[in-house]
Amino acid sequence: MQPQTLYDKLWSSHVVRADADGTALLYIDRHLVHEVTSPQAFEGLKLAGRTPWRVDSIVATADHNTPTRDWDQGIRDPISRLQVETLDANIRTYGAKAYFPFLDGRQGIVHVIGPEQGATLPGMTVVCGDSHTSTHGAFAALAFGIGTSEVEHVMATQTLNMKKSKAMLVRVDGALRPGVTAKDVVLAIIGRIGTAGGTGHAIEFAGSVIRGLSMEGRMTLCNMAIEAGARAGMVAADDTTIEYVRGRNFAPKGDLWDRAVAYWRTLHSDEGAKFDTVVTLRGEEIAPQVTWGTSPEMVGSVEGRVPNPARVEDPVKRGSLERALQYMGLQPDMQITDIRIDKVFIGSCTNSRIEDLRAAASVVKGRHVAASVKLAMVVPGSGLVKRQAEAEGLDRVFREAGFDWREPGCSMCLAMNDDRLEPGERCASTSNRNFEGRQGAGGRTHLVSPAMAAAAAIAGRFVDVRQML
Amino acid sequence: MDKFTVLDGLVAPLDRPNVDTDAIIPKQFLKSIKRSGFGPNLFDEWRYLDRGEPGMDNAARPRNPKFVLNQPRYSGASILLARENFGCGSSREHAPWALTDFGFRSIIAPSFADIFFNNSYKNGLLPVVLPAAVVDRMFVEAEGTPGFRITIDLPKQLVVTPDGKSYPFEIDAFRKHCMINGLDEIGLTLQHADEIRAYESRRRETQPWLFA
Ligand code: SF4
Repeated sequence: MQPQTLYDKLWSSHVVRADADGTALLYIDRHLVHEVTSPQAFEGLKLAGRTPWRVDSIVATADHNTPTRDWDQGIRDPISRLQVETLDANIRTYGAKAYFPFLDGRQGIVHVIGPEQGATLPGMTVVCGDSHTSTHGAFAALAFGIGTSEVEHVMATQTLNMKKSKAMLVRVDGALRPGVTAKDVVLAIIGRIGTAGGTGHAIEFAGSVIRGLSMEGRMTLCNMAIEAGARAGMVAADDTTIEYVRGRNFAPKGDLWDRAVAYWRTLHSDEGAKFDTVVTLRGEEIAPQVTWGTSPEMVGSVEGRVPNPARVEDPVKRGSLERALQYMGLQPDMQITDIRIDKVFIGSCTNSRIEDLRAAASVVKGRHVAASVKLAMVVPGSGLVKRQAEAEGLDRVFREAGFDWREPGCSMCLAMNDDRLEPGERCASTSNRNFEGRQGAGGRTHLVSPAMAAAAAIAGRFVDVRQML
Repeated sequence: MDKFTVLDGLVAPLDRPNVDTDAIIPKQFLKSIKRSGFGPNLFDEWRYLDRGEPGMDNAARPRNPKFVLNQPRYSGASILLARENFGCGSSREHAPWALTDFGFRSIIAPSFADIFFNNSYKNGLLPVVLPAAVVDRMFVEAEGTPGFRITIDLPKQLVVTPDGKSYPFEIDAFRKHCMINGLDEIGLTLQHADEIRAYESRRRETQPWLFA
């Protein structure tokens, strides 16, 4: 048999039927659901008199709209509250394998709780009405975001009509230097291939640097595959994967565990498998990254400078660069380390897991947030992450340094709740999107790793975290 | 879903690459549990000078006269001309809902982001990919010629400009069939329910832990 890529294996094992032109009906194993992209799908189901095909594939939570403080007062914004209550009501009507509603101790960002609960397993197809579903590809799963019509389609049929994407291999060889994290790796990759570099592709991340990452690091990496234009990112299964899954709530047990592991061990690209596109990077060459523009590809090393549009020839590129610098309020050629910040956000499905919080806390410990910083906040990815961090005393480290310690949720990653930037405010953020207005109308977002965000909070401007380790 | 066959429409040019879904419909409007009513908040941060919130009277809000869709000459446009990687970012289907609610039926660009591209078809919004050089030329014509209209012929897979030139575009056969006939994809898929059931029971045998 021809050598296969991991993507080939995941794809072909889920094809229910295929047409001559390559359109396939793909079976979906896990359907993650949240309050923002599901109400219209449930409504569509109801209007058509249909019922979910397989309720026990559904794992649901409320995360985008939920407040991060004063939980005893409920959700004060009536429109947000209605959306969350609509999810409550829909799950009551239709059921789910698991539901972690607002106020539940296990509630959290959908992409944090799926893996945490063992609801994401190697070899699965995982979908969610959310583009960062690519996160779950870290488990050698085929995971991708879908729109609300597709959410309804999956509920009604347990399948999706799809065409196979092209396969891209992104190999990061060598080793990372201290202070450089998965976030820096993925930002460097996006800087190299661009936000449309992966369009039409499924990306497999490989190489010694990727093998050396923890599962949490791999999730950070795959999370941002979508920021490189790829609906799905993935990493082959290995001991790290299997050890992470072992013992989790919905992970298989006993005999089934052994059978599952035997299968999971096959989830890697075969020697000699062909990719349509191959990109390689060296780990040693990656420095801590900071975005300076309004797209994740507008990124560079913390040691570098903001680019100068005058040196760009292509008029369309020059125009978008000028617009980005104007929006961001930055001068051409200024040092990244001269950029001063107003707020710091440590959180989001990219970087809100326990290792992220540990990394940030280790920088913050014994130091204090700069007086010029108006707000520095830590929003754990889930109730369980929060509890773990508190058991380790990380909440105290953050609080003593002047950080807010909040309840879990998406929070200022997209500012659907009360946490947001005011016009003109500048934020060091561990999230994944620096689009105009993403964290609040007129807000200016710089994407960084948790350690870099922590360092920026202390210094009041971007600094190379390696000087603070 | 409305059927889509031949569209003759006014063209509005939006000259920016990488237009993301946060720009198309900002997150505060995603709190709605409905599918309709997003049109007035399409490109909210570019269209209005104040900060938009759900429930505002949009007719009374100050508009940014410079933004292309606020210019009277483009009023009633049903075709949006855009640059590369249109619709990047989130999976929110509110983006095509806002575009169609505003009155767009088709978007022409050199490239689209994958999820947005998919979502568009499900809402009768036809994304048309044309070569960058052709799009470039259309930008010049749309900006230079008030009332610039083009025809998009889906059955023939052609975009026809007023000078009589026509440009072919690609579309997947299944999607074309659904668009032209305004078909409900779920209904079509359920015609294969037996095959889905058969697949599922095989999977239950080979990977029982997924059903435990
Ligand atoms: S944390 Fe941000 S990117 Fe992740 S699911 Fe929530 S809103 Fe989306």
